[in-house]
Amino acid sequence: MSDQVAFRVEGLTKTYASGAIAVQALRGIDLALYEGELVVLLGPSGSGKSTLLNILGALDIPSTGRIFFREHELTGMSDAALTAFRREHVGFVFQFYNLVPSLTARENVALVTEIAKRPMRPEEALERVGLGHRLAHFPAELSGGEQQRVAIARAIAKRPEVLLCDEPTGALDSATGVTVLEALYEANRDLGTITALITHNAAIRRIAHRTIRLADGRVASIEENPQRMEPAGIEW
Amino acid sequence: MRALDLKLMRDLRRLWAQCLAIALVLGCGVMVLVLATGTERSLRLTRDAYYDRGHFAQIFAAATRVPKQLLPEIARIPGVAQVEARVSMNVVVDLPGMVEPAQARLLSLPAAGAPVLNRPTVRLGRLPEPGRIDEVALSENFAEANGLAPGASFAAILNGQRRALRVVGLVLSPEFVYLIGPGALMPDDRHYGVIWMNEEPAAAAAGLSGAFNDLSLRLTRGASEAAVIAAVDRVLAPYGGTGAHGREQQVSDTFLRGELGQLGAMALILPPIFLIVSAFLVNMVLSRLILLERPVIGLLKAMGFTGREIAVHYLKLSIGIGVGGVLLGWIAGAWLGARTTQLYTEFYRFPYLIYAPGTASFAISAVMGLGAVALGAVRAVNASARLRPAVAMQPPAPPLYRLGRIDAAAIRMGLRQTTMMILRSITRWPGRAAVTVLGVSAAMSVLVACFFTFDSIAAVIDEAFTRTNRQQVTLHLARSVPATATEAAAHLPGVTRVEGAFGLPVRLTRGWRSALTQVEARSDGDTLVRVLDGNGRVVAMPPAGLVLPETLAAKLGVAPGDVVTLSLLAPPRDTVDVAVSRVLPQSLGETAYIAAPALFALMRVAPQVNRLNLLVDTDRLPALYAAVKTAPAVDGVLLWTGIRAQFDATIRENLIRSVMIYAVLGVLITVGVIYNAARIQLSERSYELASLRVLGFTRAEVGYVLVGELMLLTFLAIPPGLLGGYGFSALISAGFSTDLIRIPLVISRQTYAVAALIAAVSALGAALVVRRRLDRIDLATALKQRD
Ligand SMILES: Nc1ncnc2c1ncn2[C@@H]1O[C@H](COP(=O)(O)OP(=O)(O)OP(=O)(O)O)[C@@H](O)[C@H]1O
Ligand SMILES: [Mg+2]
Repeated sequence: MSDQVAFRVEGLTKTYASGAIAVQALRGIDLALYEGELVVLLGPSGSGKSTLLNILGALDIPSTGRIFFREHELTGMSDAALTAFRREHVGFVFQFYNLVPSLTARENVALVTEIAKRPMRPEEALERVGLGHRLAHFPAELSGGEQQRVAIARAIAKRPEVLLCDEPTGALDSATGVTVLEALYEANRDLGTITALITHNAAIRRIAHRTIRLADGRVASIEENPQRMEPAGIEW
Repeated sequence: MRALDLKLMRDLRRLWAQCLAIALVLGCGVMVLVLATGTERSLRLTRDAYYDRGHFAQIFAAATRVPKQLLPEIARIPGVAQVEARVSMNVVVDLPGMVEPAQARLLSLPAAGAPVLNRPTVRLGRLPEPGRIDEVALSENFAEANGLAPGASFAAILNGQRRALRVVGLVLSPEFVYLIGPGALMPDDRHYGVIWMNEEPAAAAAGLSGAFNDLSLRLTRGASEAAVIAAVDRVLAPYGGTGAHGREQQVSDTFLRGELGQLGAMALILPPIFLIVSAFLVNMVLSRLILLERPVIGLLKAMGFTGREIAVHYLKLSIGIGVGGVLLGWIAGAWLGARTTQLYTEFYRFPYLIYAPGTASFAISAVMGLGAVALGAVRAVNASARLRPAVAMQPPAPPLYRLGRIDAAAIRMGLRQTTMMILRSITRWPGRAAVTVLGVSAAMSVLVACFFTFDSIAAVIDEAFTRTNRQQVTLHLARSVPATATEAAAHLPGVTRVEGAFGLPVRLTRGWRSALTQVEARSDGDTLVRVLDGNGRVVAMPPAGLVLPETLAAKLGVAPGDVVTLSLLAPPRDTVDVAVSRVLPQSLGETAYIAAPALFALMRVAPQVNRLNLLVDTDRLPALYAAVKTAPAVDGVLLWTGIRAQFDATIRENLIRSVMIYAVLGVLITVGVIYNAARIQLSERSYELASLRVLGFTRAEVGYVLVGELMLLTFLAIPPGLLGGYGFSALISAGFSTDLIRIPLVISRQTYAVAALIAAVSALGAALVVRRRLDRIDLATALKQRD
């Protein structure tokens, strides 16, 4: 991790107006994420973690506030520009693996490498997550952990600068979860990918450079973690 | 192949049944367009080519006796290119082994060489050799229907004289592509034909040596038909001319034109209806399919695919379906078109067939078909692609149900909870239910319109044979005789009732419009042949005015109270102004009616008859037939039971074929709509339905939720479906009516019932097929994920 700010977030709010009642998911977030860091986002259910992550990844737009990625301001960009941002810089991993069921592991990864600028080969990405031998399997033929690792392979295959993971281990048991975390950890270490990881599992914060806690749509606390652990060392 | 395209292929394979169902419906629309326009074009090209090669005349005229010396004068009429003079007479034919008499038109062949106009095409054997007085060629259909091959002999009564004739050839002629006897309503191949004979014996038999009584003309390019007709009429008037006319009143050509008009109408009315319905369906199914793909769309957006790339992906999917549908439609349309054209050339007698559907119908149908699916997809994709990826990836929020008035009523009725689920699903998504109802009712409309054609033909038959023409036999007399002669006919064997009738050719004119037709004298006592009004009541003849059928009145542009000019085309050949008293709806024919005393007063003669309508004791028919075969005064016989049998056979045969096609289309639409609706229900509600199974509901109970809803919707589709069917039938009735036959808009209750039943059964079948999928559903996976 370095001192250079990659993401800068100022006064971010997000209000969902679904039906009669408006839900304030984010109530004013100020935050910086640094180049090469791995942060863990913690917080109770409904505190706005996913909302924040989605906005960082340009999957959603804030109600007010500004976001900068390096020298570019994301807020106010056109839809096309946001799409290009995602395409070139961001990889996502979601809780429910979100693979295309009609494509094999290799093809799911190829989906991304075909549109990326300087991707790895899909085989290489899958080897990185330890799935070099399951290339031709369809999602339905893979276990949950394997599916999630395919999703990670797909996310890192384009060598993104940013990797955003929303509860990637949420649906997995501890041993499987560790293999998934290892894949993320190595991507961050080897490729320098800025990684933000949402989890409900406080133990995972030990692999992070920093831990950001959200509560009720605000940043509750930020902790540095001077003694990082390898994923293999944690258990839950 | 790119991963996204691989996904496309696999999606198509996974959804093949649904894609096929859509493609089939789309294919129906495409097929109808290709079929109708292809057949119309082929038939038209075949006709034009045949007319051209057979030198089919453009003007036709008949007279009593015209000296041949007049021919140069006729040829000199400005605009006349070629002239063919013939002897033509009606003869009674006595065929070996046939009890009843047949009737034929005898035409002379020129003494030297083949005819220049209306050239017969020899199909078998040859034309009579010059100098042979007993050799004849027969129209192919008549010969075939009676098993007469070259070498066979038969007898004909020529002007009262029985003559043995020998068949030397079978021919077709552009003049008789559709061969129908005078006064008959339908071709009757067994009992009516054409005989070609050398000029010399024909003229001798007709007492026309050195003269002719039938004239055909071809015009120079750009000549005025009306001017030539007027000139010919002037020349022939002193010789008993009965009015020259163009092809528009040539019987065979008129029927052909009617048929082409009907095919044209079919190409205009039906395909748009089918294409609109299929476009609608494709649209609905695709939007719903793509809605199910919402999370994938969100994912693709998250990965950085642009809205365009995603839209193109789904467009490819729908274009894949569209291409499938268009190809299916093309193949079916071209195949059916070729077969239909083939059938037409058998029904209409063409010596050859040009099947040339033309590229236009293929191109138009492809554009329309692909346009329909692309439009459906674009709308649906846009809706999903516009969503922010974060929103698209979330499963859609659980549907918000609200208690409405229907629920209150349902709750009060104490319906089962599964029934409540059905009702809620319909009231929660009324738009979706409406589309299903619309699709099924469209299918029902097609079915009603299909079966309506049977009803209307039954009505025509009833009108023509049961209510209007109640005689069993009509005898045509070679020349008019005093009405008192009717009495003599009562003594013919087996005759129980005789009524004389009289008709003569006339030209009716109003302003620039004119029509060549027959006027019939009506006597108060006539009970066999009746003139009926729209409600089936016998029309009382006004003392002086004309009564016209609607079609003729429309042609002349007259209404009751208007005055038309009536030119008698038989002695005394006067021209007088007569008022139109009444206009009647009538399915067949263009005959004008007038009270007998008024007509004979105009003609300044005592009452006459030239036809005899008979009721006969059926047992003694053979004796009557034998007598007719030798009666010199009779030159034609119409056997109404034979006509009716023929009418039934040909019309029904042709009708059943096309009705079958449309019935299949109706079933396909129903199946397409219901199958897709069911599949979408299944994928959208599999979680819900699987939960029911987990709760301990049986397969049948869960199946009921799915099938029950679709059947309820089918049931709701019945009223609009039948109403639409009525409208559709009205369009057909208007579009398919020709100069010769008006299609009455009558729809029987049975038609409505059968249409609703077929649609309901097809719907049930389609729903049950999907229910079997529901039975096979794996509970664990259904509860875990969607589709
Ligand atoms: N699309 C939406 N429409 C309306 N409200 C929403 C929507 N998405 C999220 N919310 C609300 O915004 C708030 C924050 O949601 P968010 O998903 O960011 O929470 P979270 O911290 O990720 O929770 P969890 O740990 O349960 O995933 C919640 O109250 C949620 O109900
Ligand atoms: Mg969340």
